[in-house]
Amino acid sequence: MLDLRKFTSLGEALRAALDRWPDETCLIEADRDREKARFTYRQFRDTALPLGRALQDAGLRGGTRAAILMTNQSKWLISAYAIFFAGGVLVPLDYKLTPVEQIRLLGHSRAEFLIVEYHAWKAVTQAPNFQALTARVIVVTEAPPSADLLGAKRWEDFRAAGEPVFVERGLKDPACIVYSSGTAGRPKGCVLTHENYLEQCMAVAPIFPFSPGARYLSIIPTNHAIDFMGGFIMPFTGGGTVVHLRTLRPEFIREAFTRYKITYMAVVPLILTNLQRGLRERFAGLPPMKRRMLAILISINRAFTGGRPRLGLSRTLLKDVHQAFGGGLRALLVGGAFTEPATIRFFHDLGIPIYNGYGCTEACTAITLNDQKPFRPDTVGRPVRGMEIRTRNQDAEGIGEVIVRSKTVMSHYLDDPAMTAETIVDGWLITGDLGRIDTSGQLQLFGRKKNMIVTEEGKNIYPEDVESVFEGISAKEYCVFAANYLWPARTMVGEQLVMVLRPEAGEPVGEQIARSLAERNRKLLNYQRVSGYLIWDTDFPRTASLKIKRADLADEIRQLLSREAVVPL
Amino acid sequence: MARYEAMTTIEKTTDEVLQLASTHFKVPREQLRADDDFFKTLGINSLQALDLLTRLEQHFHIELPDYELQGVTDFRTLAERIQSRL
Repeated sequence: MLDLRKFTSLGEALRAALDRWPDETCLIEADRDREKARFTYRQFRDTALPLGRALQDAGLRGGTRAAILMTNQSKWLISAYAIFFAGGVLVPLDYKLTPVEQIRLLGHSRAEFLIVEYHAWKAVTQAPNFQALTARVIVVTEAPPSADLLGAKRWEDFRAAGEPVFVERGLKDPACIVYSSGTAGRPKGCVLTHENYLEQCMAVAPIFPFSPGARYLSIIPTNHAIDFMGGFIMPFTGGGTVVHLRTLRPEFIREAFTRYKITYMAVVPLILTNLQRGLRERFAGLPPMKRRMLAILISINRAFTGGRPRLGLSRTLLKDVHQAFGGGLRALLVGGAFTEPATIRFFHDLGIPIYNGYGCTEACTAITLNDQKPFRPDTVGRPVRGMEIRTRNQDAEGIGEVIVRSKTVMSHYLDDPAMTAETIVDGWLITGDLGRIDTSGQLQLFGRKKNMIVTEEGKNIYPEDVESVFEGISAKEYCVFAANYLWPARTMVGEQLVMVLRPEAGEPVGEQIARSLAERNRKLLNYQRVSGYLIWDTDFPRTASLKIKRADLADEIRQLLSREAVVPL
Repeated sequence: MARYEAMTTIEKTTDEVLQLASTHFKVPREQLRADDDFFKTLGINSLQALDLLTRLEQHFHIELPDYELQGVTDFRTLAERIQSRL
């Protein structure tokens, strides 16, 4: 791995990596069972630099913001490198958001450049707010030859001769603006500096060391902090290989494991539980004799690996299971949301090390990581190197709000000093999560203090972001809450949103309301939806400027109603 | 049969999508309607929806990239996406 202490920017570190391992493979792109592209570090550089030159010719300077809206693929990383080389600030956008939301975030970020996949561009051009698109230069990848791009440039042709000028950036300069939420409400654009990323990489890379030959299967969206670090910065600065798979179908993920002999993969809990279900079904389909034999081998493996993984032993004992994962898998990293200890235990018993962690975009990904020393599925591990962690306002059981301080904590929220001041206090990042640090320094999580949920897919959903789709419903007033915010629960699994509704006087409630809410709910992405509603019959408390006092309303509801009052949608 | 012949192409495709979803996820066909939100009606998550996409590809002998599912929640729109590739 490169010594990252020598560099002041991601562009500089990546440039050194491309020079350090010119003939090693850095990228493989596969679509289903077809390999589409393969790049050595030299080929990657030779593809990216003409793009960097074209971006500079089009006006990209040090500090210019440039957004990427793409699924996981080689052009994502090539474009990102070209932007960093030219000194740009990258705005990675979530391709899973709706085009309306993407246009809003582009506007908020004031990105002048947008590099976008054709299908996403088509959707953006058909969005009702397309006219609000503010990016000045649009570059579209993989557009069919006959497509009318409405003035956008073709990525494949957008290159210029001559070496681009490498633009130096300092450690404290912004590297990326990453949106952790706020698609409809108040955008949370985390401004992350080059120092944040370099420090995070130095903290995590020793746990998952990359060197030439190590391969990372990239399936979490690259705009997500986990994949950006695990599927770009870490493997590149270690000379490893990133394998992009342009589908999330389990059958092709399985095939990629064996074909590319994957070393690491990061997943969100949803994918992990899906893998678990697939394995269980396979085990259940074995002939009785083989099934019994497998159960015995798992018991033996468990007996020898209770305290820590012994990969060599597990690969011998449970050869078939490990072969199904390619035979070279060293670790599955799970993050983005809380993972059930039982799921972690299931994989551990098979000898597949699961490293679960805890983090947030505001801290540039990982805050803690379970380093398996010892194996503790009930915790999210110890703080990564350089991370100070505390809990404040502890209750009698020692559970308090998790606060962290480190060089990986973001600079600020873009254009929102008030929210920044609430979130970073005296240098400490207030996470809003509730946890307890045990005597061995491991963090256990017990729920949230803040009014939001995190889905199994690792998506942060804030009530303010979903409320706007309910505008115009037949009600005097309404407000969305995280159910666990109204009725605190010591869990971070199965979190849901509920709507609190105050009907107009004399308006019928019941089926009509449910129908109307369900109809609006469908305008939200499936993981953003409100799961039920409550009828509330007094005025919502409001500030002088008529904003709902959410905390006060939650207190009132908590005193009078229980979770059982929620009518499911 | 007469009803089937009277159907338009998109209706036939929608009907086949509903039939396939019913068989694959073991939900009675009569409980599924074209405008239903399939995440809710079938009780599935986004990965299971991709599994449905695979079954549909096999049935219609086409290739449906994952992004075709982007923003789609009802059977009818899904059928339209399939129809455009037939």
